[in-house]
Amino acid sequence: MSAVALSLKDIHKSFGNTPIIRGVSLDVPVGERHAIIGPNGAGKSTLFHLISGRFPVSAGRILLRGEDITGLPPYQINRRGLSRSFQVTNIFPRLSVFENLRCGVLWSLGYRYSFWRFVEGLRDARERTEEVMEQIGMTARRAIPAGVLTYAEQRALEIGITIAGGANVIMLDEPTAGMSRSETENAVELIRKVSQGRTLIMVEHDMSVVFGLADTISVLVYGQIIATGAPAAIRQNREVREAYLGQAEEH
Amino acid sequence: MRSSLGRYALWIGLAILFAALPHIFTSGTSLTKMSLMGIMIIFALSYNMLLGQTGMLSFGHAVYYGLAGFMVVHFINRASGGAWPVWLPFVPLIGGLTGLTFGIIFGWVSTTRAGTAFAMISLGLGELVAACSLILRGFFGGEEGITTNRTRLLRLFGYNFGPQVQVYYLIAAWCLICIAAMYAITRTPLGRMSNAVRENPERAQFVGYSTQMVRFLSFCLSGFFAGIAGALAAINFEIMNFLSVSAVQSGTVLLMTYIGGVGHFFGPILGAVLITWLQSSLSDLTGAWMLYFGLLFIFVIMFSPGGIAGWIMLHEPLARAGLLMRLLPAYLLIAVPVLIALAGIVGLIEFGHHYLVKGATDGTVVRVLGVALDTAGPWPWLISVGLLAAGLILGRRLWPVVTDAWNGASAELKRRISA
Repeated sequence: MSAVALSLKDIHKSFGNTPIIRGVSLDVPVGERHAIIGPNGAGKSTLFHLISGRFPVSAGRILLRGEDITGLPPYQINRRGLSRSFQVTNIFPRLSVFENLRCGVLWSLGYRYSFWRFVEGLRDARERTEEVMEQIGMTARRAIPAGVLTYAEQRALEIGITIAGGANVIMLDEPTAGMSRSETENAVELIRKVSQGRTLIMVEHDMSVVFGLADTISVLVYGQIIATGAPAAIRQNREVREAYLGQAEEH
Repeated sequence: MRSSLGRYALWIGLAILFAALPHIFTSGTSLTKMSLMGIMIIFALSYNMLLGQTGMLSFGHAVYYGLAGFMVVHFINRASGGAWPVWLPFVPLIGGLTGLTFGIIFGWVSTTRAGTAFAMISLGLGELVAACSLILRGFFGGEEGITTNRTRLLRLFGYNFGPQVQVYYLIAAWCLICIAAMYAITRTPLGRMSNAVRENPERAQFVGYSTQMVRFLSFCLSGFFAGIAGALAAINFEIMNFLSVSAVQSGTVLLMTYIGGVGHFFGPILGAVLITWLQSSLSDLTGAWMLYFGLLFIFVIMFSPGGIAGWIMLHEPLARAGLLMRLLPAYLLIAVPVLIALAGIVGLIEFGHHYLVKGATDGTVVRVLGVALDTAGPWPWLISVGLLAAGLILGRRLWPVVTDAWNGASAELKRRISA
């Protein structure tokens, strides 16, 4: 029995009178690659927003390695070791690739809001930034403003910013959405590499990515998790096939 | 090694320039103008810590400038005649601390919001202080303001800072320190995260930063430097009145910063120098100078949103490659219709100003280059409109020459980079 990285306890979320998340409970063990799948509108992105603090929950509790993070603002949750990416690319467009990644590094190294030391002189920040830049294969593009990168590059940078701070729990929201076949393969390799030794939670539509990467899959349908299990078991699950996979195959 | 030497060279060069200016422009009026430019450089740069660096549009920045100025006037009056052991060169720090204090108080309120809400709160706070300045006569001195005498503090090395040239050097020294300090701040973790908050506040939250705290700290630092500028203004003019905390002053610093260019650190310096020069020189030449000022602002917003600095930096890659000379003939060519059109605009404004403002008292006849023109008749207007139209038509015809030159130079640059 390994330790639990992230624990959701009966999470509810309504927008007005419309319930979007209707009682989600989930334990993600440390070091697991966990994928959340489900049809459009199931509430996958909303669930991500709730966990990362972008939206407040209507009810329920969220524990990060046993610590209650319910209701904390995003930056507090990030400082506690949970970092996320976004479905729609969310980077610093007019800053260079290097600056983008360094922004992801600074807090984790304890530089906070300091204005009494030069950022260029922070060797550990530079080294960590270089390391991440190498990992996501963008070293040659370091000086380019992020806004003019190709779409796939921006997605890679998005992942780079997410992992730069060394968070233990990484959440990726549809990291391969809108990518070509070969770009997706590269992205999967990158995700496999950067999630090494961390807990990964991802929302993904591409089933080949999900079944290739995930240790465990949860299926979210209409705001509830209808099944959680190993990929093989999920594939066999009749309820899941009816609710989601079968439906997807018909399209 | 060479790059660090180059970095110092810039600052040493700036120091030498500041030291040499009074020997180049020796007249009393230029000394006054240059003193004011130094003050406005600090003020505009402090404003750009908000607008350009952190993406916060403030309509009330004069509050920190003006309140610091008033505080310094009171401080000097109290300390005068050796009552307190202070030297004038250190008094701007009092202004800085005043700006910082009010930055903390008002920043705490206003930086809880970003964007439009922040802009509106800053406007409200500005109006609040401006209203107070006319009510609290004891502190603000009502409409006349309050005066001081900068020479009545302790002498430092025999200087009493009576002569304007001594005040100029005091301002120049503080200006240099403040430029360096504000530039340094852009290169710190806070400076970089300010840029990140400007670019994408949401993302900044998800890398561990409270955007509110980043905005608040930028706001406090900005208030500090605005306070130094206000203190120097108090020392320079030896009087402060309600106008210095008013919306007009807040608007002026916004215009300076924007016209100079918010996207580059040195932009507000250019804006402060240019606008200060225009304000003092144009107001001597024409009563309609505010109109030119407004037209310049509209022109910059419409045609060069990056300001003067943005336009200059557009040429940086070409200058580096030594291709700038290729643009020169085209620029000289286009200057002809631009000047013709400009003459037309100046004619319309000046004839209009003469006819509407001075016409009733001084008569409608105005002499231009020795020719008497009656602004009540059609000729001055026809000539002006003709010049404007000719300039615009000719400019339209010649514009392809400029774009061709630009495209040619850019293509050459690309060839060289890929080669």
